Amino acid sequence: MREALNQWDFVLAAYAIGIIGTLALAGWSWLAMRRAEARRDRIRKQR
Amino acid sequence: MMHGFANPTRFLKLARWLTPLLLCSGLGIVGAALAYSLLAAPAERLQGETVRILFIHVPSAWLGMMGWMAIAAASLTELVWRHPLANLAARAAAVPGAFFTALCLVTGSLWGRPAWGTWWVWDGRLTSMLVLLFLYFGYIALAGAVERDGGSSRIAAIFGLIGVVNIPIIHYSVLWWNSLHQPPSITMGNSAMAPEFLWPLLAATLGFSLLFGGIVLARMRMLLADIQAEARLRRKAMEA
Repeated sequence: MREALNQWDFVLAAYAIGIIGTLALAGWSWLAMRRAEARRDRIRKQR
Repeated sequence: MMHGFANPTRFLKLARWLTPLLLCSGLGIVGAALAYSLLAAPAERLQGETVRILFIHVPSAWLGMMGWMAIAAASLTELVWRHPLANLAARAAAVPGAFFTALCLVTGSLWGRPAWGTWWVWDGRLTSMLVLLFLYFGYIALAGAVERDGGSSRIAAIFGLIGVVNIPIIHYSVLWWNSLHQPPSITMGNSAMAPEFLWPLLAATLGFSLLFGGIVLARMRMLLADIQAEARLRRKAMEA
């Protein structure tokens, strides 16, 4: 017997994981880059 | 040209404007392609609504494989030409490559449950993709250990080159072995897909690729800034 699955549940789960994960990775990479460059510039300015 | 960008200052001059450009254009194109595929694309005759998952699954599979190709190309460049930024490029591509490989496996599983009636099968395509994810984990751990313990980065580069053997296995697995996974729908100059699915899929793939490029550049800039900061601190400690 075939169980009744709502296909939209699977579609929405895939989109939620894909979009949230991609945004988190891009945001994390951008913030980590900004933090590392700010630290480097701060060390360069120190006498 | 390659050696022109061996200079970190020249690389940074290019990367400073290219990073936000790639990230913003990638986000815009991905947003438009996914909005179309979710809200406007028709359901497919056999797959029904689950065809929409392919607009994330296919670009993820492409970037999972391209990420390792980038690691292998950068590793070869490091081993042969000793390009100073090649090691950074390989390390920067590893985390986004692992992320998109994992996303490919998860979205594939979410597609497989309603379409095949199972979350997972141990066939050639799925298993070789899982092996790719483990290769990424191995590369990230190895490159991290080399960085932390001061070993030679050539060890990670050799691992990156050996791992590339898995890429043709992934690509040809659906042709070599019996598989639930369908053979490639898009080949050079040919497509078995209807235009209403093909064009948004190509747009999503372009958008995710631009995002991938932006993320790799951001991570290269982070790694470079860390190296420059540590070098400056060491110099100061020696002068003191």
